[in-house]
Amino acid sequence: MHAFNYHKASSVADASAKLATSDDSRLLAGGQTLIAAMKMRLSAPADVIDLGGIAELRGIKIEGASITIGAMTTHAAVASSKEVAKAIPALALLAGSIGDPMVRNMGTIGGSVANNDPAADYPAALVGLGATVVTSKRKIPADQFFTGMFETALESGEIITSVSFPVPKRAGYMKFRNPASRYAMVGVFVAESASGMRVAATGAGPSVFRIPEMEKALAKSFSADALKAIKVPSANLNTDIHASAEYRAHLVTVMAQRAVEQALKV
Amino acid sequence: MPIRLSMTVNGKPVNADVEPRTLLVDFIRDTLRLTGTHIGCDTAQCGACTIHMNGAAVKCCNMLAVQAQGTTILTIEGLAKEDGTMHPMQAAFRDHHGLQCGYCTPGMVMSAIDLLKRHPHPSEEQIRAELDGNLCRCTGYHNIVKAVQAAAKA
Repeated sequence: MHAFNYHKASSVADASAKLATSDDSRLLAGGQTLIAAMKMRLSAPADVIDLGGIAELRGIKIEGASITIGAMTTHAAVASSKEVAKAIPALALLAGSIGDPMVRNMGTIGGSVANNDPAADYPAALVGLGATVVTSKRKIPADQFFTGMFETALESGEIITSVSFPVPKRAGYMKFRNPASRYAMVGVFVAESASGMRVAATGAGPSVFRIPEMEKALAKSFSADALKAIKVPSANLNTDIHASAEYRAHLVTVMAQRAVEQALKV
Repeated sequence: MPIRLSMTVNGKPVNADVEPRTLLVDFIRDTLRLTGTHIGCDTAQCGACTIHMNGAAVKCCNMLAVQAQGTTILTIEGLAKEDGTMHPMQAAFRDHHGLQCGYCTPGMVMSAIDLLKRHPHPSEEQIRAELDGNLCRCTGYHNIVKAVQAAAKA
């Protein structure tokens, strides 16, 4: 790992101020991606600003019909939260399926969302539930947040402070894991809420995407069978040594059906 | 610029200056000379470097030492009593031959203790799922699962 200057932020305002003084800095959340990337020298920032000491960024709050999760809340905290399990069980299950127990004790929702790894789980939940990303500057709807592979709508100097999830009527998430890395080769989040149906796929393409045809079919009948005949085009999906674009397209339909079955069960 | 680091490791206060880029595992092994915590894959996959930070299992090859500022750390060396009596999980691994070469064992034991804290009466399926982040290339996991089951009853 290349040397860097370490700064521990005491508040979001302090982190923003520190960001403004460096033109080559990275925010450190749980570090489960950033530290690994820095070890491989894929990332070599001059300044690392650690958000780990900011208490205001941690915690889960129920506010009316929504759950707000602080950016520095770990996957383990979300997975074991009774409030989350009660309001959005699919979200607790999703958080509990990220990485492994040790990764979940360090990794955070804000870090995962800001990184927007194409195989990350949280983007599917944010888009699938129509969540809002709250930052130090504004509120960004999930539909506009994830803009491409490892790319988001975040501007330079902008810090995610929390993610707010509207509580759906029902929701489900299922993924097909890469047998070795356990990352989602394809994961699909489905939700039925006051604002309608949402289906979001992660792992399949360069970034999370919605599947309007499946949403329309679920609005008519919220059942796995309703999705059976719907195929997503493989043209823009990922191909790698683990799966071809065609196989990922096939998996999207299979995982979407399983997610609906889960939503009907919980 | 070095950072002054203070933490509690296996019940003892530790103070040292570290470079910001020092990994926690290197601090534990090279500075504190607690070499029971192993580096296996060095990419946060194999779990050989698992320790407890403030009571939760973490992979210390994938974090900076400075991230552990002010925390309480427990490594494999901190499990046995002063007189050498093994922790029940260590004893169970010995009794059930839950190891062959032993390289993954410190991480397995630390993970398994964390597992039992969260699931005091785990099913076999739960044990296997919860040990997802610890790789063993010798045993095929069967005796490790048996050891964890035995420790749960101990």
